[in-house]
Amino acid sequence: MREIVKDDIEKNEFLVHRSVFTDKEILAHERAEIFNKCWLFIGHETEVSKPGDYKRKKVGGRNLLLVHSHDGEIRALYNTCPHRGALVCRENEGNSRVFRCFYHAWSFKNDGKLTGMPGRDGFPEDFNDCASKDMKAVQRIESYRGFIFVNFDVNAMSLDEYLAGAKEYIDLAVDQSELGLEVLGGIQQYSVRANWKLLAENSVDLYHGMPTHKTYFDIKHAQDPEIRKVKLEGKGKDLGNGHAVMEYVAPWGRPVAQWTAIWSEELKQDMEEMKKRLVERFGEDRAERIASYNRNIIIFPNLVINDIMAITARTFYPVSPGYLEVSGYSLAPVGEKDNHRLARNNNFLEFLGPGGFATPDDNEALELCQEAYTNNYEVEWNDISKGMVRGEDHVLATDELQMRSFWRQYNKIISSALMEKEATF
Amino acid sequence: MIVKSDLKHEVIDFLYHEAKLLDQWKLQEWANLFSENGTYIIPPIGEPEANPLTSMFYIYDDRARLEERAKRLLKKEAHVEYPHSTTLRNYHNIMLNRADDHTIHAECNFTTYRTKREVVDTFLGTASFSLKEIDNQLMIEQKKVVLQLDSLRPQGKISLIL
Ligand code: FES
Ligand SMILES: [Fe+2]
Repeated sequence: MREIVKDDIEKNEFLVHRSVFTDKEILAHERAEIFNKCWLFIGHETEVSKPGDYKRKKVGGRNLLLVHSHDGEIRALYNTCPHRGALVCRENEGNSRVFRCFYHAWSFKNDGKLTGMPGRDGFPEDFNDCASKDMKAVQRIESYRGFIFVNFDVNAMSLDEYLAGAKEYIDLAVDQSELGLEVLGGIQQYSVRANWKLLAENSVDLYHGMPTHKTYFDIKHAQDPEIRKVKLEGKGKDLGNGHAVMEYVAPWGRPVAQWTAIWSEELKQDMEEMKKRLVERFGEDRAERIASYNRNIIIFPNLVINDIMAITARTFYPVSPGYLEVSGYSLAPVGEKDNHRLARNNNFLEFLGPGGFATPDDNEALELCQEAYTNNYEVEWNDISKGMVRGEDHVLATDELQMRSFWRQYNKIISSALMEKEATF
Repeated sequence: MIVKSDLKHEVIDFLYHEAKLLDQWKLQEWANLFSENGTYIIPPIGEPEANPLTSMFYIYDDRARLEERAKRLLKKEAHVEYPHSTTLRNYHNIMLNRADDHTIHAECNFTTYRTKREVVDTFLGTASFSLKEIDNQLMIEQKKVVLQLDSLRPQGKISLIL
């Protein structure tokens, strides 16, 4: 039986077979067993806040249309014409009551219902009585605190159950704001020439922080002599169902609410007020966690929510074993004051995104892993053991439990798919 | 307002010089072309006039950060550009406009090629420069790069100064 993960608690060793990053057959299993059955992030409620708002989204390899229909429901329509298949909506986003396919001019209400077609007399009276000529919607669409997910498996457990321990950490990010979070414009659509699981790992990997991002930390240290005393320290935690988090302190400012010397005195006073308000709402301990601690959350399989020097969400999908597409979001409190928003956005851009001082170096690390997997035939295993010697309940944020949690879930799913396949031979 | 032809030549030479410095990885010299309050920005794709409060730019550098950017890229620990990629920048269709007595707007199309590990990426767009004459020398008040792409795929990043 083909082994893809060796999880040896006795030896404190955790290994991942490198073929999972290069093998096309593995990718086919991932599509069938992971992307077709897990809850996948599609977007945030604030992206389609008004009736008629729509946005095209690629999720799990599908072309979807996230739309706020006029009956008030948010739907994910398959963006394909029931007639002969053409992509119906070609604009990336907008507001509309109807979508019209240009090919033969069928038109659809924004809940997907077929509402008009030329040459109606050429079709039977009861044409579409069964609704099969309406634009089809993804059946399972559920949301948690503004984050909308879809699942292509009609029998999937509820999103609420699926998110398991991750809900607590989403709450901590969302509770920064009394009016909720909103998605900023300019969602960053980029790519990495690497396997998608490398990005999942990297997003909850604090171990690489200092070596990979030394240039960023040099800048931070020069900016603020006080904050430079803060090390990257904290805890890693398994959240169930393959989700995991690292929660830690770090030498950067947090817009809600940890001031740093590059910001004005005015912001400092505001942030003290914000902190007080958090204490009123949540008590001392939780307020301290919200304001001073950072969280990188991986929600299996392909959503990362980083509540760090700004809040970013990324979702990604493999086009091929060695190429992934990412959508990077920025989230911020609704109603945030302009000077705070500017400080937040500057904080974001300094580290994050394709033009930041850190993300491109992550991208490079991933691509170098992928490039060197040409040696997989002779050099077979990745090591993800850090912290196992401490026991999984006592690991540090700079250990690798977060990645092991991801891989344990991955292994459960993919190994049984491989086993089933072997059994059929 | 029309820009006189000798000044026009001077501006065009200046832009070519700017591109050349970047291709030669003389990044500190590049940063020195900016005035005290100079800025370097790349708005989101498809939204050249986006508001930086409500939209994420790719780059929104004030004078201090564009200098940090230049310095960072010269370090060995700027892993994405170590070893340095090979780049080639072309500026085309340069159009000049005099905004006032001291400021000239220059706009051009650009094609920037980057190759590393035998993969060539192409960046297309328009660059607009606000230039000021300070002590008889041209200085950049703002360089704004508008990418004319659908997304950053397959380029994946803007690790270069565009
Ligand atoms: S394919 Fe859409 S109307 Fe024919
Ligand atoms: Fe990183």
